[in-house]
Amino acid sequence: MLISYLSWIAVFLILAASSGLLISRNWRWSLALLAVQYLGSFWLVTRHWPLGMAAVKLVTGWMAIAALAMTLLPLSEDDAHRQKNQTEEQFLPQGISFRLFISGVTALIVLAASPRIEAVTPGLGLPVIAGSLLPIGMGLLLLGSTSDIFRVILGLLTMLTGFETLYAAVEGSALVAGLLAIVDLGLALVGAYLIGNSYDAAESDNEELV
Amino acid sequence: MNAPIIWVILPIIIGAFLLLLQNERSVALIGGASASLLALIALIVPIDQALLLGPISFKISAGIQFFGRSLKFDAAHGPLLAILYSLSALWFFGAEAVGMARRLVPFGMMIIALLVASIAVEPFLYAALLIEIAVLLSIPLLSPPNQKPGRGTVRFLIYQTMAMPFILFSGWSLAGVEASPGDLTMTVQSAIMLGLGFAFLLTVFPLYNWIPLLAEETSPYIISFMLWALPTVTTLFYMGFLDHYAWLRTSSQLSLAVQIGGIIMVVTGGVWAAFQRHLGRIMSYASIVETGFTLLAFSLVPGKIVEVAALLLIPRGLTLALWGLALSTIQKDSAPLRFSAVQGYARIYPMATVCIILANLSVAGFPLLAGFPPLIALWEGLADISLTISFWLLIGLFGLLIGAVRTLAVFVMAPEKTGWTWNESRVQLIMLGCGAIGLFILGVFPQVMQPFLSSLPRMFERLGQ
Repeated sequence: MLISYLSWIAVFLILAASSGLLISRNWRWSLALLAVQYLGSFWLVTRHWPLGMAAVKLVTGWMAIAALAMTLLPLSEDDAHRQKNQTEEQFLPQGISFRLFISGVTALIVLAASPRIEAVTPGLGLPVIAGSLLPIGMGLLLLGSTSDIFRVILGLLTMLTGFETLYAAVEGSALVAGLLAIVDLGLALVGAYLIGNSYDAAESDNEELV
Repeated sequence: MNAPIIWVILPIIIGAFLLLLQNERSVALIGGASASLLALIALIVPIDQALLLGPISFKISAGIQFFGRSLKFDAAHGPLLAILYSLSALWFFGAEAVGMARRLVPFGMMIIALLVASIAVEPFLYAALLIEIAVLLSIPLLSPPNQKPGRGTVRFLIYQTMAMPFILFSGWSLAGVEASPGDLTMTVQSAIMLGLGFAFLLTVFPLYNWIPLLAEETSPYIISFMLWALPTVTTLFYMGFLDHYAWLRTSSQLSLAVQIGGIIMVVTGGVWAAFQRHLGRIMSYASIVETGFTLLAFSLVPGKIVEVAALLLIPRGLTLALWGLALSTIQKDSAPLRFSAVQGYARIYPMATVCIILANLSVAGFPLLAGFPPLIALWEGLADISLTISFWLLIGLFGLLIGAVRTLAVFVMAPEKTGWTWNESRVQLIMLGCGAIGLFILGVFPQVMQPFLSSLPRMFERLGQ
């Protein structure tokens, strides 16, 4: 019973974190929310995997966050803000209320669909299904609403977190866990590389202007 | 000796080593020679069979185990490995001619090794993960340092990453379908997930919008390599799915869906190619058309699928390599490859412009060129199924032909009294000349591909029947 309650707390954490990712404009907050999301996902994965293997997901996720943070840290707030303004395309309504609304709609769809999915694939557990579909939905929303590299990487990592949580329930191979960890870390490193590139390119453009 | 160590681990180590080298020529030569050697070994030495050389007997064992799973090659993989590594060697040697060796060869070597691993991994579903890692490795290739990543790169990353979850899940649910074949709901779910996964991986309409964007953003040589390597291995991966699951092979709905997807790609790719004013974009649409050909090959009667899909492999590689090399040759002087910038180039870069036209005509199925024999086989197979589809294929090819004629018209629009000069370097001339001759050889004597292709049906025993 306690474990079930804890699982629902993890789902709530994931909901809060992934919604927060959709709303947050500050990279520090975004990475903190991603860390919380990995923590919630870690708990749900322990329902199907041994603690040691599940910990791989948590550690890998946090390492990915560290890689992104180390890239963004040297860029001052002003630079990051300027870069963000330069690259973000304003093709969707960008207000907080709109983002809250759309994340609420996603959460409702997920909560409504989860029991039906559990009926089709019994044994996964309702919290695991809800806790995996939420980041998948929020990740797709994030991907669809931005072209900023940092937020695209956040969207992909969020989507993959949801997928990995669900996939852990059906596949327990150590090789898959390892390869997925490589993909997560690789995605963060690619993100760090691309963020660095766009910053360098913006800086050299400025130098040319001066 | 162990096959995965030779064709997977060793190339990754060589690729990593090449990252450390500074000299363009050394990188191209070491990379090209290594890839050629790997291709030669794959062609000559049978896998998992003892080979006697005088008093020495040696054997390349088939596989290795790790984490309870295996990487395993068998004798039928040899010619395929030879195709992949020999075509890679073409790109690696040519990279020096266009000054791309330090950028392409190290990452290209590692990407090919990972893609080869994806063919050998068991269970074969895990190939999706290895392909994704190869995609991540290709980002530094597509977006060089100090250059702002464009929309094409970002979309490429998103679309290719989204393929992986769909394919892994479809594999899991396909196992369920095998266990209970009567479960229609699960069958439909599996088919949808599989379709979406491969639609992202093979960039089926409308998910190919990143290809033309990328063709404008990055070097045509690099993009031609990626447009060959990824779809080729994805094609083999898809054939693995068809071979493994009987209901996929026999599903008429899936075959129809693939056929419709293929013909839409051929028609849209061909028609858009006819209206482009950027040479890189024309090449990208031609590659979309070629992926459409492959999809159409999957909709043929089961006995012909492997035969025709295999026939398409080598011409696609050679054509794209030549096209990419020729475009990079003329791009040295004019950064954008727009029509307005390359007017009259036939007199400045005669060999490169001829190769661009030849490559374009080859994809359009022009007789005597490499693309003609596989297209005839495909067309013949399609005509047995539907004359309407055959007609639409003609429309797509006609679009590509118009693209070639427009390009030719732009190339010969030189101001009056412009003299003929050869601005290609000697290495470029040799590489381009060899490529052009290769196109004719494959077009006139397609049987030269036979040693490479004859064993492919053994890789897909059930599909090849």
